[in-house]
Amino acid sequence: MTHQRYSRRWFAGVVGVAAAGIAHAGVGGGGFALPEVMSDQAVKAISELLAGRTPQHGRVRLEIPKLAENGLSVPLAVEVESPMTAKDHVRTVHIVSPANPIATVARVHFTPRSGRAFLSTRIRLADSQRVLAFAEMSDGSVWAGDASVVVTLGGCLDPVL
Amino acid sequence: MKPAFIKVPERVKRGEVFPVKVLIRHPMETGHRRDRVGAPIPRDIIHSFRADYDGDVVFRMELFPGIAANPYLEFRTVATRTGTLTCRWEDDAGGRHSQSVTITVE
Repeated sequence: MTHQRYSRRWFAGVVGVAAAGIAHAGVGGGGFALPEVMSDQAVKAISELLAGRTPQHGRVRLEIPKLAENGLSVPLAVEVESPMTAKDHVRTVHIVSPANPIATVARVHFTPRSGRAFLSTRIRLADSQRVLAFAEMSDGSVWAGDASVVVTLGGCLDPVL
Repeated sequence: MKPAFIKVPERVKRGEVFPVKVLIRHPMETGHRRDRVGAPIPRDIIHSFRADYDGDVVFRMELFPGIAANPYLEFRTVATRTGTLTCRWEDDAGGRHSQSVTITVE
């Protein structure tokens, strides 16, 4: 698998823009640092979902056990802080596992009638990694959270039938 | 698809945010695996799920091969009125499953 290393300039740019955004909006958080080394398909998946927007760090709580013995089924829970009103709610949460063959794991769509932007499920993990969650809000902002997990037996060592 | 399991509280209060837990049996075949003779096993995953309650979609999800086999989903919704909550699953092979539960609002 080919890997792309973000340039120092690109990275500084992302963090800088995010920091400026925070200062302007006056909400907590800060720039969200993406993993420095990612496969091309992971970079593509993330840039597609961000569509030029800069993720801010915060509001997204991602829970995964720190150690997963079996990558075939790893419990994951994600919750985004939001009043979930018609004016201010979470639209979509993207769950991304950069070290998987297909980085996008799930796209979860909420409405004010969801009451809470919460999902719990079980995912496959090919390797130890930082799993990321991006939340798109109704005001167009994007917030991100992450959780690191050590995988003992990767989900891609799935035995043949 | 075989029948699913849907679990909701027996009774909920109006305005209460309550949990919905759903589990369905499905191999969620990734499309990355090969069989004994080395032939690729075609991808067959449940790619979409939605839950309707009281006239609206209250939760919707697009699933990818990174979701484990026999997908388990837990989400929340707001109790509005007594009625049915309908869950729908759809897989790559064209399989569809729809199953409802009654939500009793006090």
